[in-house]
Amino acid sequence: MTFSGWAEIVVFVVVLTALTPLIGGYMARLFTGERVFLSPIVGPIERGTYRVLGVDAEQEQDWKAYARSVIVFSAIGFASLYAILRLQGSLPFNPQGFGAVPADVSLNTASSFVTNTNWQFYAGETTVSNFTQMAGLAVHNFLSAAVGIAVCVAVIRGFANRSIATLGSFWVDLVRGLLYLLLPLSILVALFYVTQGVVQSLSPSDTFTTLAGGKQSLVLGPVASQESIKILGTNGGGFYNVNSAMPFENPTALTNAVQMLSILLIPAGLTATFGRMVGSRRQGWTIYAAMLAMFVAGVAVLYAAEANGSAAQHAAGILGGNLEGKDTRFGLGSSTLFAAATTVASCGAVNAAMESLTALGGAVPMANMMTGEVIFGGVGSGLYGMLLFVLLAVFLAGLMVGRTPEYLGKKIRAREIKLTMAGTLAVPLLVLFATALSIATKWGKPSIAAPGPQGFSETLYAYTSQGNNNGSAFAGFTGFVQPNAPGNTGSFGITFADILGSVAMVGGRFLPIIAVLAVAGSLAGRRVTPAGPGTMRTDTPTFAALLIATILLVALLTFVPALLLGPVVQSLSTTLF
Amino acid sequence: MRTELRISLIAIVLCTLVLGLAYPLGLTGISQAVISGPANGSLVHHNGHVVGSELIGQDFKNLPRYFQSRPSQTDYSANATAFSNAGPNSADLRDRLEASAAAYLKRERPFDLTLTKTQVPGDAVFTTASGVDPQISVADADIQAHRVAAVRHLSLARVDALVHEHTDGRALGIFGDPAVNVLTLNIALDQEATR
Repeated sequence: MTFSGWAEIVVFVVVLTALTPLIGGYMARLFTGERVFLSPIVGPIERGTYRVLGVDAEQEQDWKAYARSVIVFSAIGFASLYAILRLQGSLPFNPQGFGAVPADVSLNTASSFVTNTNWQFYAGETTVSNFTQMAGLAVHNFLSAAVGIAVCVAVIRGFANRSIATLGSFWVDLVRGLLYLLLPLSILVALFYVTQGVVQSLSPSDTFTTLAGGKQSLVLGPVASQESIKILGTNGGGFYNVNSAMPFENPTALTNAVQMLSILLIPAGLTATFGRMVGSRRQGWTIYAAMLAMFVAGVAVLYAAEANGSAAQHAAGILGGNLEGKDTRFGLGSSTLFAAATTVASCGAVNAAMESLTALGGAVPMANMMTGEVIFGGVGSGLYGMLLFVLLAVFLAGLMVGRTPEYLGKKIRAREIKLTMAGTLAVPLLVLFATALSIATKWGKPSIAAPGPQGFSETLYAYTSQGNNNGSAFAGFTGFVQPNAPGNTGSFGITFADILGSVAMVGGRFLPIIAVLAVAGSLAGRRVTPAGPGTMRTDTPTFAALLIATILLVALLTFVPALLLGPVVQSLSTTLF
Repeated sequence: MRTELRISLIAIVLCTLVLGLAYPLGLTGISQAVISGPANGSLVHHNGHVVGSELIGQDFKNLPRYFQSRPSQTDYSANATAFSNAGPNSADLRDRLEASAAAYLKRERPFDLTLTKTQVPGDAVFTTASGVDPQISVADADIQAHRVAAVRHLSLARVDALVHEHTDGRALGIFGDPAVNVLTLNIALDQEATR
């Protein structure tokens, strides 16, 4: 541990906190229909888009119509991406001449990118063409992020609306999120990335003789354009197999700093958007504070654990921190901060090998995901997941003091609490069920690469990541390798892992979306009772602490037995396997 | 349901055209016109030939006149990257680290007689994330400078100065770690010899 390592964490937190009200205020104006500085330029494009789509921008939807639009749109997106993956051999921009991606991998990949997970059972540079990257994968980086933001904004309206029972229009929220937020930000950040060395080219790979006389081939591609939205949309699916560790994706410590900020920018900003839209910025800051406290605690444990080194390293007598799977330009500080940011947000991009983290260090990303990705979380999905925990905390507090629970002046009734429980427990159940199925059956075994408890950790991590739509991996878990598959040299997951993973990702995305939209639909239009002396305040540090306790309680009770079998065993033992 | 299907179909086609083709192709056009060097892989030339990318590490094994890159799990493959995925409790990792440290000492100690195992820099024995890490730590470069200076009959001070020239500091003074670019440093050494 060094002073500069800790200073980096502090500066990061300060900058993130400063940006939160700026981007949050912009999104609040955008999604309440106010004019923003881009309106003169983008306004005509927006109206033209509605005409092409045949959408009436004034027509509001109730929660059922909103949810139906989300699901139909995602289903069509899934079908189109699956088709592109299967047909890439006959499509343009394919300089390496890749053939069709196998059906099971295509199923997993399409599920993965449509659900904002971006789990990758394929290696980008050896499996998919430039067309697939641009017109398939990158498009869904935009769309899945915009869907998450739209659902989040609709849910906020459910809390904020006092007279009408509708949640807004999905199509308007989708178009606004894309045109005013994600696309302009992506263009800016992508141009910055190119100046720093992220490649943006359509040339085929380049082979040359190295200084020492060997041969090396570079794979170029439209990387920067995808990289910016990969990070801003908390997608995380890399152009290259080693993701943001590849210098062509993340060449310098500066681009790395921008990536770390980009990951948390929109999820953090949405807390401020929430505060403004419900009419009390303190409510937004309270949620932000709870998120930040949990994030910082995780970073501190992770950084200290990596600085302490791994059991294997101690046995070999190597001093200093654990640098296995970490590039020099990032070092311990920027590698661990990135690992924490990418797993509190459901991003899943990595700049270091997660599987090579120390045992305790590797438990932090897992724990971050096991909270249900609500510590900032994915764009949109983080805040709407967090709002379910807020209702749960309010409910628990209500039970303790014997009052009807209420939040922002709205009484919380049995229906909302039932839906909240369904929304918060669906994903953990899915994760544990999938992990158990994979561990207990012969079909799950071929996916495991490491011996001993690390093999269990790989499996637990894989389904935790997919169920919570994160997408990072203990990447030994790739299924078996097909080195000489036609047109490809990547590693492909076996069919069982592909299908089970798809189920986990799709369930993990849409079950909470339906539950949270139903909650919002039932709260929208509910009468607001003025706060009395007995009303529990939800904009205080006490409530932030209660919120954290609620999240930890749910996560711990659900996952401790599983964590004991993997990371905890490994942390407590110096035995090597 | 039919309305949603119709809107979704048009939206996917429209988004594929705008976000999937116009945006990346437009950005490629701008990048190629204005910032083509970095957009095409930050290539490095030596004696009129492309010899690599400033951002992609290369193998200099068994060539004592060059600074050595960090160990790579993929033999510095830049077209099929992969992590080592060696876990924290892996016996294989322990064996590999022991072998790497021994090899490092064998290579460097003849030129830096006070070097001990506890001084072997971590980055010189651990494999990297990308497999093509272009850089090494300053501590590692300082040790290797002894060997390179001796083999090339250069003064240690001159080699140290070149190392310093090819060191990138922390971004904004805060983010990341200082690191030395191996390829550009080795090219500078070759140019030094022909000067």
